[in-house]
Amino acid sequence: MTWWEVLVEPWQFEFMQRALLVTVLAGVVAAVLSCWLVLIGWSLMGDAVSHAVLPGVVLSYLVGAPFAVGALVFGLGAVGLIGAVRETTRLKEDTAIGVVFTTAFAVGVVLVSTTPSQVDLSHILFGNVLGVSDADIVQVVVLAAVALAVLVARRRDITLYAFDRVHAHVVGLPVRRIGAMLLLLLALAVVVALQAVGVVLAVAMLITPGATAFLLTDRIERMLVVAPLVATVCAVAGIWTSYLLDAASAGLVVVFQGLAFAVAYVVARRRERVR
Amino acid sequence: MSEPALDVRGLTVRYRDVVALEDVTVQVAQGQACGLVGMNGSGKSTLLKAVVGLVRPDAGSVAVLGGTPDAARAGGLVGYVPQVDDVDRDFPVTVDDVVLMGRYHRMGRRRRTRPVDRAAVDEALTRVGLADLAGRQIGRLSGGQRQRVLLARALAQEARVLLLDEPFTGLDVVSEAAITAVLRGLVDDGCTVLLSTHDLATLPELCETSVLLHRRVLAQGPTADVVTPENLARTFGLDARAEA
Ligand SMILES: Nc1ncnc2c1ncn2[C@@H]1O[C@H](COP(=O)(O)OP(=O)(O)OP(=O)(O)O)[C@@H](O)[C@H]1O
Ligand SMILES: [Mg+2]
Repeated sequence: MTWWEVLVEPWQFEFMQRALLVTVLAGVVAAVLSCWLVLIGWSLMGDAVSHAVLPGVVLSYLVGAPFAVGALVFGLGAVGLIGAVRETTRLKEDTAIGVVFTTAFAVGVVLVSTTPSQVDLSHILFGNVLGVSDADIVQVVVLAAVALAVLVARRRDITLYAFDRVHAHVVGLPVRRIGAMLLLLLALAVVVALQAVGVVLAVAMLITPGATAFLLTDRIERMLVVAPLVATVCAVAGIWTSYLLDAASAGLVVVFQGLAFAVAYVVARRRERVR
Repeated sequence: MSEPALDVRGLTVRYRDVVALEDVTVQVAQGQACGLVGMNGSGKSTLLKAVVGLVRPDAGSVAVLGGTPDAARAGGLVGYVPQVDDVDRDFPVTVDDVVLMGRYHRMGRRRRTRPVDRAAVDEALTRVGLADLAGRQIGRLSGGQRQRVLLARALAQEARVLLLDEPFTGLDVVSEAAITAVLRGLVDDGCTVLLSTHDLATLPELCETSVLLHRRVLAQGPTADVVTPENLARTFGLDARAEA
């Protein structure tokens, strides 16, 4: 086999093409969002939402509803609860996040343990991108397209929200609505990422690409290009390697994102020394 | 002028058990500048925040250009330059990006930059003397320069009422003179300015009227009548007669 054949061979299988489509879409949406999450300091929020959707996903499977519905309901519920706990107590946000998402996740674990074996916990936790159904693909494509369109169209408002909420308020922008929109988009991105990498690793897609882009540039508009590019390259590399090594694709995609971050780190450090 | 641009009546603001302002009544006529003077903790920032709707009054009312603060904000009529520079220095935006944010309420839903916005940004930066730093990332500035960026953002907004919380703190004498001239020019063009300051020297040349504040209004009126040694002694509690 020539190197070219090695490179191309995996992509002739339909399950590989589907896996790639889902992972790239999930990676791009999560990456764009991650740029603002790391700037606002909401990295943990991605962790919270992705874990909190577990009971929703399990319940969806049980009643035969689209998994996105249950996931969205529980994701948004968790966000609302976190906000309520933070605003009505003196607890800091990370504490509120920690309490809410671990509890929701635990409820999910209990649910899984008491239901018949049709729910495969490991697929939910670690993704099952090589076995996505047609219905799942439709959900992913639609949700990703919607989320991406809104993120791109409203990117300047979101940046202002991340940068200076007081000023946004002063010039009459609907600050609370922008914040709510961002959390809704976060829930959408989590739902999409779940299909690709599962509950546990979804948070990586919501932090690492943005963090990588932030190290490489000090312009938000460039971050918004670099982060999805990194995510796409990592998706292709991860899925391809998983075929080659017969190893977990979700894990490999995230490992490649970590590698990309490491490279960006070295590049950024060098640049600083030169400067 | 007919109705005042800023009409604050009987304003009381509490932070939990701290009374920051008590029964404060202040008016500023259109096209005039008013200076707020008072010691640390006297409520200057709180008054400005109440006007722009960042703190809720516990009693009393605030009217801006005859309407509610909400309506004034929705129309982009009030500009506000905060006291503390708590801008995230690492945030990946440039100086002109930040100044452009002053115009978002005028731009379409997607906030596409139009030539008129570009021109307003350039002019605002020129007025505060930062035209050659337009492309710099916001963190690579000195504190005084960053403060002038925020002022430029308020200028680009083309607000009709401008609130400035200690705009001269941290500025060198040259910048301070330049900013004073810029503000004076705005007022002469019909803009209304309310600013807090500890700089009593520039007050007479910049502000027609002044308010001495110590939770309550101790004195207000034409600057020359108000900023007197006796009043200042009262305001800053140097005098035995000063109330707590
Ligand atoms: N966020 C807050 N929470 C509780 N109390 C506050 C808060 N902000 C201000 N205060 C209190 O309200 C009073 C007025 O504060 P304010 O900031 O308006 O004063 P100031 O005149 O602007 O002071 P400075 O000259 O130091 O800027 C002070 O007693 C202060 O301690
Ligand atoms: Mg103050």
